[in-house]
Amino acid sequence: MKNFLELKNCSAVSLEAIPVLEFANFRQTLIDTVGNEKHRVAAFFPLRKEGEELLCVIMIDSEKQCLYCSAARAEKNYIALTPEAPQFHWFERELFEKYGYTPQGHPWLKPIRKADGEYFTMAGDAVNEVAVGPVHAGVIEPGHFRFQCMGEKVYSLEISLGYQSRGVEKLLEGAFSSRTLPLFESAAGDSAAAAATGGASLFEALSGTEVSLRAQQLRALMIELERVANHTGDLGALAGDVAYLPTASFCGRIRGEYLNMSAEICGNRFGRNYIQPGGVRYDVEPARCEKLLKWLDRINPELKHALDLMFDSPTVLDRFETTGCVSLETARSIGLVGCAARASGMDMDVRRELPAGFYKVDVPAAVPGGSGDVLSRARIRYNEIFASLDFIGRNLRNLAEGPVMTPFEADKLQKNSMAVAITGAWRGELCQIVVTDEKGNIAQSRIVDPSFHNWFGLAMALRNEEISNFPICNKSFNLSYCGHDL
Amino acid sequence: MKYFIVNALLALILAPVLFGVINKVKAFFAGRKGPRIMQTWYDIFKLLRKGTVYSTSSTWIFRIAPVGTLAACLMALLFLPLGYAHSPLGFQGDALLFLYLLGLGRMLTVLGALDTASSFEGMGAARELQFSVISEGTLLLLLAFLAIQSGSCELSVMLCGRPCDFWGASAPSMVLSAVALYVVLLTECCRVPVDDPETHLELTMIHEAMILDNSGPDLAFIHYGAGLKLWIFGSIFAALVIPAGAFSPWMGTLVMTGICFILAVAVGITESMMARYRFLKVPQMLMGGFCIEFGALALLLLLGGVK
Repeated sequence: MKNFLELKNCSAVSLEAIPVLEFANFRQTLIDTVGNEKHRVAAFFPLRKEGEELLCVIMIDSEKQCLYCSAARAEKNYIALTPEAPQFHWFERELFEKYGYTPQGHPWLKPIRKADGEYFTMAGDAVNEVAVGPVHAGVIEPGHFRFQCMGEKVYSLEISLGYQSRGVEKLLEGAFSSRTLPLFESAAGDSAAAAATGGASLFEALSGTEVSLRAQQLRALMIELERVANHTGDLGALAGDVAYLPTASFCGRIRGEYLNMSAEICGNRFGRNYIQPGGVRYDVEPARCEKLLKWLDRINPELKHALDLMFDSPTVLDRFETTGCVSLETARSIGLVGCAARASGMDMDVRRELPAGFYKVDVPAAVPGGSGDVLSRARIRYNEIFASLDFIGRNLRNLAEGPVMTPFEADKLQKNSMAVAITGAWRGELCQIVVTDEKGNIAQSRIVDPSFHNWFGLAMALRNEEISNFPICNKSFNLSYCGHDL
Repeated sequence: MKYFIVNALLALILAPVLFGVINKVKAFFAGRKGPRIMQTWYDIFKLLRKGTVYSTSSTWIFRIAPVGTLAACLMALLFLPLGYAHSPLGFQGDALLFLYLLGLGRMLTVLGALDTASSFEGMGAARELQFSVISEGTLLLLLAFLAIQSGSCELSVMLCGRPCDFWGASAPSMVLSAVALYVVLLTECCRVPVDDPETHLELTMIHEAMILDNSGPDLAFIHYGAGLKLWIFGSIFAALVIPAGAFSPWMGTLVMTGICFILAVAVGITESMMARYRFLKVPQMLMGGFCIEFGALALLLLLGGVK
């Protein structure tokens, strides 16, 4: 693409190499490309380069399997992209909140992480407003939901987040340390393996470290185990929300089995502190490999049985079918990602589009899309579970030879550069960016969690839906609050 | 009289245990151990020892609602021929009073919920009223069915004074009535597929949403009242399907108590086998129940079995 720098996934470029365009040209190109079937925006943020602030964009080209990067000098009150390219909606609100930009013509310019107390409201005698949260009746993260309803029907849902904001991006700045990867992992703790894999590959790219195939394979195994555990837990929770007890109880236990397998590999049920720049901390010896395979053989049929119970139950299917529909058109225009986007019929999966690490060698089988309702999102997860279990099984039987760790020199990071990694976390694509200064320290970091793209999709799913269906719509996405709030 | 007092005491003691049975059955299907059978009683005693919190925006209505609901339930229970023993309170036409006592209890709960001005409780109250419009109609038809079969309007006679061979005389309409009553029971006692007593999700609740603001002894009264309601419908069910007079008084106690527990098991199995309906579907099911009872009544009149 003209005027755009082509990047490989998990690679580093010098800041000098990033083209700086005229803003009008930059804006028009983005509007023309983003939102068509092949391109979507992965990150849109202010990049500090030699003391000046540029607006930088990272785009995914799913056809050419590469990333595009470009930047432009923008006025603080530049003309908003959102009206013509709704994918920028959330990014521009972030620019407004964090960096003092006021994109002109943005239809709903308000903070995304700090509620200003103003909500979209409807007027009329029969309208009722329902406010839920931020404190919920359950052990879940805080978020505030405002429904505008007439009777049971929801006309609008506004989601207000930010209660989990910890300033992760700011904490990451400075020299690379033993805290860096744990910070990436804790941005959204349920995607720790994917976050650590992406984070580690950023520093490997910046230092030119080669990682052995065996280490990459073990990382992919951890990511897929994480996917299976989370999907299992969510499908069980979906069953629980429609009061279908057997699946709810079985899945709660079986999720624990997969988490324990992660613990068997690395000593932590959520796969934390296992993946390091240069490789992984511990090898999986043949004896443990054997044990894991036996374990999988025992648990996988139990999981299949528990899930089939639910998917064969007419009363459950009746609740899921046509509930919380996000059409393909909506999904594409607002830039939905990950399994929610696949459920709406979008053919996207960064493990295939931008293969990195072991996914260049082997990828779990693709699963068919759906029509965008809760049932589609549940089925996608069901299919992904078994595709991932296949992948785990065949790779455990067939581990590459070699060491699992190569030395990584943290003080030899490429200077004045930017590294970008996009990883297929279980919710969707996780984009991580670090920018180094002239000493090789981290000057800027950026995390775009899949939830950042998808929260607005949940709000769209609730339009004209029964308010009592909110819990299953919410659970079918199961987005991260902390991953969004950072 | 002696039998009735013993049976009433038995009902007052055992009613909350029904929830324990339901939860054990559900736990069995889910592969868990489940809470103890007596758990509701433990909860009630725990709540009775606690203080009550009242929101500053609520009024005296919110305070009398739990006690009033429990009182209405207790009164309604005492009009039933518990353990097939004739209720000493009974009189001609008490069937309507019985219906209105249940209605009074519901009205108080709904007013108490609306009094809190919480949007969740308002939603719960709206749902409760919407569904009860139909389930009350079904119950009224059922009482009419019993009145025709027994030739009386006194609950004790309607339930226990019918000819012993009513199964032989009008089996089809008996079956239909039993099905309709089961639907009413699930609705009135807030069970799956109408309501989900286990849920913590405010937006999908009915009964639980209406009592979100209640605490301490008030909540204990509500839990206890819910148990009594289950016992009320269990007793009606028992008297509907098993003819009275075929056994000695103590046998009657055993049979009615047994049927109540068997029903609790049935409710537990129902809840384990199906998901709850979406709210738009619930009125359809309730209308189905209404039509079934209507059919039962029509069959009774057409095919005979009238005393």
